Amino acid sequence: MSAKPAPLIEGTALPVWVLSAVGLVAAWLPAFLRVAPNRLLTGEALSPHAWLLAGGWLLAVACSFVTVPAGRWVLALLAWTGVAGLPLLAGADARDVLAHATPFTRVQPGAGFWLGWLAAALLLLDRLRGMRKAWQAGAWFAALAAIVAASATGAFDGLSLVREWQAQRAPFAAALGEHLRLAAVTLVLALAFGAPLGWWVWRTGRANGVLVGTLAFLQTVPSLALFALLIAPFAWLAHAWPALGALGFGGTGGAPAVFALLLYALLPVVRYTVAGLDAVPADAREAARGLGMSRAQLLWSVQLPLGWPVLLAGLRIVAVQTIGLAAVASLIGAGGLGRFVFLGIGQGAMDMVLLGTLAIIALALVADLLFQGLLALTERRA
Amino acid sequence: MRAAVSLALLVALLVVLPHSAAWFHAWQPDVSHPLYSRHSFFALTLSHVGLVVAATSIAVAVGLGLGIVATRPAGRSLLPTVRAVAVIGQTVPPVAVLAIAVPLLGFGAAPTLLALALYGVLPVLGQTMVGLDQVPKPVLHAADGMGYGRWRRLLDVELPLAAGPIMTGVRLSAIVSVGTATIGSAVGATTLGSPIVEGLVGNNTAYVVQGSLLVGALALTIDAALAAVERWIRRGQS
Repeated sequence: MSAKPAPLIEGTALPVWVLSAVGLVAAWLPAFLRVAPNRLLTGEALSPHAWLLAGGWLLAVACSFVTVPAGRWVLALLAWTGVAGLPLLAGADARDVLAHATPFTRVQPGAGFWLGWLAAALLLLDRLRGMRKAWQAGAWFAALAAIVAASATGAFDGLSLVREWQAQRAPFAAALGEHLRLAAVTLVLALAFGAPLGWWVWRTGRANGVLVGTLAFLQTVPSLALFALLIAPFAWLAHAWPALGALGFGGTGGAPAVFALLLYALLPVVRYTVAGLDAVPADAREAARGLGMSRAQLLWSVQLPLGWPVLLAGLRIVAVQTIGLAAVASLIGAGGLGRFVFLGIGQGAMDMVLLGTLAIIALALVADLLFQGLLALTERRA
Repeated sequence: MRAAVSLALLVALLVVLPHSAAWFHAWQPDVSHPLYSRHSFFALTLSHVGLVVAATSIAVAVGLGLGIVATRPAGRSLLPTVRAVAVIGQTVPPVAVLAIAVPLLGFGAAPTLLALALYGVLPVLGQTMVGLDQVPKPVLHAADGMGYGRWRRLLDVELPLAAGPIMTGVRLSAIVSVGTATIGSAVGATTLGSPIVEGLVGNNTAYVVQGSLLVGALALTIDAALAAVERWIRRGQS
């Protein structure tokens, strides 16, 4: 194929072929859906629309051979239909199955569904590249809006994930709140401690010193070990000072979890603070000193505005990392969405596991997008 | 140096811990079984290391292969998609990958291995693309001018020059694997996380400490050893 002298449309057909191949495999995987007699059993595979899906992917391949400009749009539209339509198809199939089944029957989206949806999303991402930002955002927003609108009409009510959520609405909301609180408190504390520490490291030139070395060392310790090791000291603290115990400093629970999350979060915050301060040109600093600014004024009106984008990039990494690690914190009784994951694994209730997992992934992605947006906003202003 | 110290610490722990029941009993008098005994600590360490080595090998093979394909002229158009997968994949927490592997493969070592390998691909892939992109254009032109074929240029010029960043990716991948394998004991894999999880469930702090000390020492050893390899590879490069 690489021997071909000129690709059909400037070499951009390859991603379509690869992703369509993935999509075709997904379409022929046995399980687009899994039908289980109840929420604890593994279901039987069901792929009612394998031919339709395979046809869609073959159409995508065919479109990649069309050289007219419209081919590109047809492909984007096809990918968009996959992103918005696959969940709808799964929801409709689930409703059909449930129409003549026992009330305990669960219809789970299977590997075929997830892989196919992923391929469609990546194809959409690929085809939208190079288009105007507004178009790109609009396409994703429209897909999201279509799914939200459909869910409002109950299109997904047959799917096991939705039923699990409906059955556990209150515990899920509580877990989500706990997770957000753990992450938010950690992020605020990491900024409050990490930024001054980073400033100190930068001023004294101790980027390779004991402090950064210790934080880097902590970074390699497996999260479960660090969480678990903190239980004993915190239990002792609460025992020695009952006042601390009243504040929630028990052996298990929120306090040791936040402490461990903070230990992991400090290194990136310190490193990015140093990088942010390094990013301020020496000329700007000297000019400010020449204007008679004090050190505090220099920090506030020169270094902070100029170094802020770098620090923000660091906070983005910290936020995503903390949301992921907070899932482990549920093993030491700190609650959060990890409780759904690990409790679900313990009970063998995969819908519960998936509900917690998808919520964690969604939370991490939203945090990532949020910080990306903030970054774009500050960079435009600068 | 750091590798030797951490390895010595790990070996010392492996030798001393099996004989430390009396100490743990003195520290936690109300615990009836102060020493984790379901598997020997040595067996746990071996199976932990085995999982990490297997997963990292798969991750390196896949990540390196994809990274090379995406940076060849024929595969260039795949680069944005591969990069998007690597970037978006990194936002997905390792625990989530582990949890998703369970419905696919059931309980035990298999889902842990799948999760470790899948997640481990991302750092290797990302760093391979960074490393291959960093190879200076003049060097590539020189290789072409000397009549190097596509394969020889890749093997003799590009990969050696990109080896530093690639090794960084391998190290990141291995460290994340050590941590995730620990959590893998919650889905039934036998690793150094097993004493920790059992200790957390059964309120046995002695088990927790034993598992944590060992897995901490193991993580430091692996990190220091791979960092030493990385320094050796990067020697002479700025």
